[in-house]
Amino acid sequence: MLIKFKAAALAQVKVHEYVTRFLLGGATCVATGLIAQKCGPVVGGLFLAFPAIFPASATLVEEHERQRKAKAGILFTVRGRLSAALDARGASMGALALLLFAVIVWKQLPSHNAGFVLAAATVAWAALAGTIWRVRRWHTRFWIRYRAPKPR
Amino acid sequence: MQWIIRFVIGGVIISFFATLGDVFKPKGFAGLFGAAPSVALATLGLTSISQGKEFAAVEAHSMVVGALAFVLYGIACVYLMGVRRLRASHAAIGALSVWGLSAWGLWALFLK
Repeated sequence: MLIKFKAAALAQVKVHEYVTRFLLGGATCVATGLIAQKCGPVVGGLFLAFPAIFPASATLVEEHERQRKAKAGILFTVRGRLSAALDARGASMGALALLLFAVIVWKQLPSHNAGFVLAAATVAWAALAGTIWRVRRWHTRFWIRYRAPKPR
Repeated sequence: MQWIIRFVIGGVIISFFATLGDVFKPKGFAGLFGAAPSVALATLGLTSISQGKEFAAVEAHSMVVGALAFVLYGIACVYLMGVRRLRASHAAIGALSVWGLSAWGLWALFLK
């Protein structure tokens, strides 16, 4: 399956959902800073990988899928939950790539320009996350083609 | 003032990555943006300016442990939503305890 960019999806997101994300994001960053100030950088650093926005995003994914099915006349469905589960699977892969981001910043930040290190670490995160996702898809296709039990 | 700037920058960066998750298909790929380094980008840049690069590097070291906890959190969410078929909001919020416990356990093992 090809990766598609659907700008029309932006119109499905309501204004209050954008506001919620902004407020949650801002509050998480302030909370992370406060924790680092009170408890030190070791404890504060843990919260740099806190799943701040994921609960809101997963809820939106389920809600949008449920509304789409309701419009088609299907009132009771688990498709929304399964879509949210797919979203969570993607997030797990992204979190694996987050390890690389953290290691690059940890090792390179003291000796290089902060902006450059953060930009390079973000590019590395995107490249590794995309690669993990692609390998997972190849693996699934391979399994379906060669390993899945054939119907008798 | 520093906290207001942190709030605004954090809100903008996190909203940006969340919006990227909305516009990409398929869902599995869009989900990658749920674990984008948005909080880290917003926080580490400001921290390295206000408290120095060494302080920010120590935070990034701890972030490795936080990211491992995030992987476990994601796996717990997949199980709760995909296998146990719980509502996304209940599963995602309930699984935050998995993140907290894993982060605390890994911190006690490797960083304490």
